[in-house]
Amino acid sequence: MDYIAHLTLNTGIFIILAVSLNLINGICGQFSLGHAGFWAVGAYTGAAYSVYMALPVPDFINLFISCIVGFISAAFAGVIIGVPCLRLRGDYLAIATLGFSEIIRIVIVNLDVVGGARGFTNIPNWSNLFWVYSWVVITIIIIANIINSTHGRAIISIREDEIAAESMGIHTFKYKTLAFVIGAGFAGLAGSLFAHAQQFLHPNGFTFLWSVIILLMVILGGLGSITGSIIGAIILTVLPELLRFFGETISQWRMVVYSLLLIILMLARPGGIFGKHELDIKSWFRRSKL
Amino acid sequence: MNSSFIKIIKNILIYLGIISLTVSNAYSNKSKPTIDVGAVFAMTGPTATFGQESISGIKLALKTINKEGIAGRKIRLILEDNKGEPLESANAVRKLIDMDKVSVVLGAVASSNTLAGAPIAQKAKVPLLTPSSTNPKVTMMGDYISRACFTDDFQGVVMAKFAKETLKKSRAAIIVDNANDYSKGLAKVFRQKFQEFGGTIVSKDDFAYQQKDVDFRSILRRVKRKKPDVIFVPGYYTEVGLILKQAHQMRFNVPFLGGDGWDSPKLQQLAGKEAITGHYLSSHFSPDDSSPKVQNFVKEFKKEYNERPGAMAALGYDATFILANALKNAKNLSREEIKVAINNTKNFSAITGNITINKNRNAVKSAVVLKTTPAGNVFVQKVDP
Amino acid sequence: MLEDTIYFFYDLVQYFINGLAQGSIYALIALGYTMVYGIIRLINFAHGEFYMIGAFLGFYVVIAGHSLWIAFPVAMIGSGIVAVIVERLVYRPIRSAGRIPALITALGTSLFFQYLGQGVIGAEPKAFPSVINDQTFMFGEIMFTSTQIIIVGVTFVLMLFLWWLVGYTKVGKAMRATSYNREAAELMGINTNRIISITFFIGASLAGAAGVLVGLYYSTIEPMMGLIPGLKAFVAAVLGGIGNIPGAVVGGLILGIAENLVMGFWASTYRDAIAFAILIFILLVKPTGILGKNIKEKV
Repeated sequence: MDYIAHLTLNTGIFIILAVSLNLINGICGQFSLGHAGFWAVGAYTGAAYSVYMALPVPDFINLFISCIVGFISAAFAGVIIGVPCLRLRGDYLAIATLGFSEIIRIVIVNLDVVGGARGFTNIPNWSNLFWVYSWVVITIIIIANIINSTHGRAIISIREDEIAAESMGIHTFKYKTLAFVIGAGFAGLAGSLFAHAQQFLHPNGFTFLWSVIILLMVILGGLGSITGSIIGAIILTVLPELLRFFGETISQWRMVVYSLLLIILMLARPGGIFGKHELDIKSWFRRSKL
Repeated sequence: MNSSFIKIIKNILIYLGIISLTVSNAYSNKSKPTIDVGAVFAMTGPTATFGQESISGIKLALKTINKEGIAGRKIRLILEDNKGEPLESANAVRKLIDMDKVSVVLGAVASSNTLAGAPIAQKAKVPLLTPSSTNPKVTMMGDYISRACFTDDFQGVVMAKFAKETLKKSRAAIIVDNANDYSKGLAKVFRQKFQEFGGTIVSKDDFAYQQKDVDFRSILRRVKRKKPDVIFVPGYYTEVGLILKQAHQMRFNVPFLGGDGWDSPKLQQLAGKEAITGHYLSSHFSPDDSSPKVQNFVKEFKKEYNERPGAMAALGYDATFILANALKNAKNLSREEIKVAINNTKNFSAITGNITINKNRNAVKSAVVLKTTPAGNVFVQKVDP
Repeated sequence: MLEDTIYFFYDLVQYFINGLAQGSIYALIALGYTMVYGIIRLINFAHGEFYMIGAFLGFYVVIAGHSLWIAFPVAMIGSGIVAVIVERLVYRPIRSAGRIPALITALGTSLFFQYLGQGVIGAEPKAFPSVINDQTFMFGEIMFTSTQIIIVGVTFVLMLFLWWLVGYTKVGKAMRATSYNREAAELMGINTNRIISITFFIGASLAGAAGVLVGLYYSTIEPMMGLIPGLKAFVAAVLGGIGNIPGAVVGGLILGIAENLVMGFWASTYRDAIAFAILIFILLVKPTGILGKNIKEKV
């Protein structure tokens, strides 16, 4: 069941992407449309490590190093982009981050070391379900802990009211940058895992439409809800594939169906599936006892 | 969390369960009366025009093949859309191999899509035959990957030689589609070979545009300043048509050369009557070819789709016949034997020439040079490998 | 050396003219973006698709043998009506839910029209028939075509019309009032829902006009054609200061001219990168765009 396994694997990668974007968009309230850029940075640097510099150690250690390489380089890109851009607000920030992610993609197209427009081939196949989902768990734990820490409270206060937060003495710029850089870093980590699962990277796979799709996952699940992002990532990865199973005619129209479902879902639950709340399994049992 | 919400979740879970049951039922059917062939093409998305054209060719071929069938069994085509994206291509190939248990995969057009699917097919040991991906890297992915067309290298050589020796031109400019591996590959070979043959390339870097661009006036102006006497534009007809038109408006009257990406009746429509005359392209076949095989194909295609076939349609058509031929010759219909049969294709007479699959699993066949006219492309010369 | 300098200036003027024509099209699309944003603070990603719909309506009218005098109004009214329907069915119910859900529905609508177009019309580009006699004018080394003149002319006429409409008519006053404070406008007896519908109609019909112009100018149209110009027009609108009508035109022209200068004098490889770099630079220097007003947030 290679197909199902890989779909699960991709879902895991998109969970990391969605949860990390949620830290920026949902929890810190900074409207970023450039996640595909960080994803690409992580994917290409992680893959470049394992193609050109892999150490003679077992694969999973190399994968670990490559993930760290992806994390650090994407976080670094996050600093470069975040420090100037995070002075902007709302839609202006969105368009600036979108611009940067397109610039990243254009640079990759012109970078022959990583294949340029011909694509980056021969990346070793090191990702597997175990490591991807280990990273999913690590990502969720780290981000959930950030939210519940003092820093997290400061980050949330920026979303709720930036001016009020600032007047309460919170160094808003510092915390915005922190959230942005961590979010970017995890996107890079997901990129590295993605590179080693796909074994082939092409700049066309990181267009701004992917930033939009990751954003959709976050919003569909509910901005600010980590469980929401997870569910959003699962739905939007599985849905287009599921639509393949309804015969050729539907398959031709599956993107139309997909967009219609998206609109209907948004109309039915504008706050996303979970709103700002977390899915709480305990509350289900409590209710079923009643 | 209110109870109505739980109800919704429960309902969703039940529906998902029903769907997965029906799906698994539909796909667990082991004894197949048909030979299942998967196809991965861009049916939607920015490059859908090439995918849709290829599929027209494939479906036309299947119509003929299925009249007789392969040893009494019909070929069933399972078409998957990849939106022109690498990730979706990989997903589609996996789905075809894993869920549909296809014997062979056909596809895709863009090399970036095929390269994403190839490692999967190779690992699963399912033969993958691409009709039109010309990037040399594609077939290096392994012995299960082969192609029904020539590679970028061959076309680049053909056009460089044609420009220097037949047209007797000495100063060439290259305009390349920067995000397109096909275009860049051809440009690289042309630059190298044209210089080897004694010509000059007017600029160190290629002039570049990007797929989906519509305004080329400023690039063309810059090219004109360099005073080339021939221009190589290895792009797709969607942009080349506009380049020709705008060059004509600018009274930039030198011959333009290109590759098989030009070969579509749409090129004539996009460029317009005045701008189309007197340019050259290399391609896989000429619709004017008097051989009954080609004429029959052109006639059938027109009857079915009310259009002249372009190169993508011809390649899709040929790939399907190469496959059918291999299925007939294979010892049995295991994937292993089909692969051997495809790779053993020798001197197979097809629309785009006599095809032999060589040891690198690339098709070896002749290319034709065509001249553009308002009524369609006309044959100029044939170049053997 | 002198000759080089003269050529340089010739080229500069030529790239400027090309940029003016291309920028006018960005400007026409950006006008709709900016109007809709100004009135309901929604980045209407489906706006590029209204432009595509306009182009196809114009195409079918021309194919059916009618003149441009019919094609233009049909395209403008047609895409306007589509926009009003979309607004009524999709955007109005989601309006109260906040900006981000509205944004997502806009994205969904955009995808819907793109893929519907590919399914219904087919993905291959259609050649727009050349209905006007496209003459080329040469002034020494500088060259322009009658289509370029038409494009720039139509853009400026439409912009002036819009400027008059928003600034000097009753409807315009109602629009400004709705944009400034919707609730207060409602209390003053303005039917804000109708005003929003009118805004969508006008914005989309401008995009529809741009669609026909593009068909004439580049002679190719296809269902995905709205994607990139839509994005560029959004950039142009932000560049000029989103919500500001002259700003959209200024932004569109700057973007068009900058792109052509980059393509002409420097590597076209980095054209889009340069366009975005200019945008980011301007936003950093003046975060509300070139003509945008800085709105101080009240505490």
